[in-house]
Amino acid sequence: MILRSIAVILIAAAALTPLCGAAEAPLRWGADSEGGAPYIFKDPADPRSNIGFEVDLIAALEKELNRKIEFVQYSYGELTLGLERGDFDFAMNGLEVTPDRERQLRLSRPYYVYRLQLAARADDDRFSTLEQLKAIGGRAGTLDNTAASRLLTQLGIATNLYDGQAEPYQDLELGRVDAVLMDLPIAEYYARPNLKLKFVGEPFGAGAYAIAFRKDQEQLARDFDAAIVRLAASGDLERIYRKWRIWNEDQEQLSGDVQTANILADSSQGLTPDKYLPLLMDGAVMTVFISCASMALAVAIGLMVALSRLYGVWPLRAAAIGYVEFFRGIPVLLLLYMLYYGLPSLLANWGVVWRPENVFVGVLAFGLNYAAYEAEIYRAGISSIPHGQWEAAASLGMTRFTTFRRIILPQTWRVVLPPMTNDFVALFKDTSIVSVIAVVELTKQYQILAKSSLKYMEIGLATAALYLLLSVPLGYLSRWMEHRMAKG
Amino acid sequence: MPNQVVLTNVSKRFGERTILQDVSLEVEGGETVALIGPSGGGKSTLLRCINGLTMFDRGEIRVGADVLSPGGDPDAASRVRRKFGMIFQDFQLFPHLTALENVMEAPMQVLRRSKHEARELALQLLHRVGLADRAGLHPRQLSGGQKQRVAIARALAMEPRGLLCDEITSALDPELKSEVLDTLAELKAEGLTLLVVTHEIGFARRAADRVAVLAEGRVIEYGPPEQVLDRPQTERTQRFLRQVLV
Repeated sequence: MILRSIAVILIAAAALTPLCGAAEAPLRWGADSEGGAPYIFKDPADPRSNIGFEVDLIAALEKELNRKIEFVQYSYGELTLGLERGDFDFAMNGLEVTPDRERQLRLSRPYYVYRLQLAARADDDRFSTLEQLKAIGGRAGTLDNTAASRLLTQLGIATNLYDGQAEPYQDLELGRVDAVLMDLPIAEYYARPNLKLKFVGEPFGAGAYAIAFRKDQEQLARDFDAAIVRLAASGDLERIYRKWRIWNEDQEQLSGDVQTANILADSSQGLTPDKYLPLLMDGAVMTVFISCASMALAVAIGLMVALSRLYGVWPLRAAAIGYVEFFRGIPVLLLLYMLYYGLPSLLANWGVVWRPENVFVGVLAFGLNYAAYEAEIYRAGISSIPHGQWEAAASLGMTRFTTFRRIILPQTWRVVLPPMTNDFVALFKDTSIVSVIAVVELTKQYQILAKSSLKYMEIGLATAALYLLLSVPLGYLSRWMEHRMAKG
Repeated sequence: MPNQVVLTNVSKRFGERTILQDVSLEVEGGETVALIGPSGGGKSTLLRCINGLTMFDRGEIRVGADVLSPGGDPDAASRVRRKFGMIFQDFQLFPHLTALENVMEAPMQVLRRSKHEARELALQLLHRVGLADRAGLHPRQLSGGQKQRVAIARALAMEPRGLLCDEITSALDPELKSEVLDTLAELKAEGLTLLVVTHEIGFARRAADRVAVLAEGRVIEYGPPEQVLDRPQTERTQRFLRQVLV
């Protein structure tokens, strides 16, 4: 009865969908809220919502364009890839105007002019310019794929590249790098309030941030251009930038105060367990789902591969060997990128539109990868059953298939269960890398929360506790099953 | 006779080694034949050929109306196996199943007996081999003699007309051998054809109708036990018996 009502609701919802689509669909805005102050970052008071000058700018653009805009969480380093994949309609996340981006994308009018700021440890007086940093053989840290990173490369300074804005300053403090070169708004929020760090020299080298569209979105981009002009003329831009204390670097330097950046200090007090634990739980649910679904896939494929290799005709045997060698030999990370970004664009060349969900791709990649390991475990397990068992079953009139199903396989499970459990626990932890295709699972959720609060240890321990809570009972479950199967 | 076994010029080589050389042998239905001879003489291979577990290179084996031969009917082996069960030296019970389930498995999977039917039959057979009280135990909880008797019950569950026994007491302590050999003697009384590869000269003398001596892949003597064991014709048999009886 309940099932039937659900079915009715689903059918009704499906029927209504086209009607909803008739109203103008919301625009999707791609950005990374992970450690993105002051651009976009988690509200310390409510970690489910985002704040930042770009969030305010989006609100102003919504009004100006009279269209809803919804936020899509996306890894900063993958923003242009995601834009081209069509995972969102535009990217706005402190993307600098660079010649290569202008070639590849349709960039809007600049909405902010930035400068670069060098920072060092407070007690380090060895250098005050990039040239001096280079002369003493110092190492710099900055965000990957930015104007700052390109400048450092050009100057030939040894550089550590990061995906987030908080980590370079962390490493500076810890002495892993000697200096950090980043856009002034970032430095204002992450370096200025940190008493162990200091600004070195004046901000320099002006550049611009722009909104990125695909080349085929000319009309949309023009609407945005016009909206930015209107927002600048009406003083709305100034109001927003003043609110975030990033209005005009000269004014900022004149006022020269440090109260800009108490956001981070605030957030580490604001993000309490009752706020972050529910989010970590969401991440844990995702981790468990991906692990279980991948393992189920790996067991099914692995068994087929093992059987092909053991009993198949020679082309099947060769294919099975090829499968194992290929998927065991390449990193899952590579597989994730190829399936998520590579395959859809390859298929698009042949006119096939296939844009799989990131969770689906994650399950597929881990399923394919672990199937190679499972196949080898099953092959060894099946081979370990004495040949006499086959003969005994044959002498009783059983067919090979019946023998395999009723006699060999049940004994094989007992042999393969311990290594399978090991694999599952490993898989459980390995799944954390699906964050590279923007799946927010337990580890990614930890990174997001830790970066916005700087509570790396506290939230880290809570995250570790969740992993252990899930993986330790697995070990006991497996031992119990082995025990039971040894009996039964 | 449906449970008669006739071997005609059966030969088998493994690579360079000749295992069986033109073996011809007739076993009447209901007869018990003991196959004796030195190790490596081809006794086990001969039994495996009769059960279709090993295919031979030349000759033919007739079991009742079914004929096994190289390149012959591929389904003949499964028909032969339905008529003749096989018992192995190392038991080969299914370790994941209880004694009862070991006996029930083939009737259910092969003969499509209902679980209830198979269970009744299995209990009856375990009772017959004296193991009714061990039905719920797994093979590793049984002694060697008990395991071998479960294996016999398992073979009997397919209602065979004969049994091929491959050194089925070799892995057992002397006191356990007799319980297995006594079980065989009972089966002989019930009219099953028995081909028994054995080193138990005493059993061969007591229970066998005829004794065949295999050496270097040939049947060198074949006749009633008192003739073959007491008045062996060949020097090879005399030598073998001297070694065994010492």
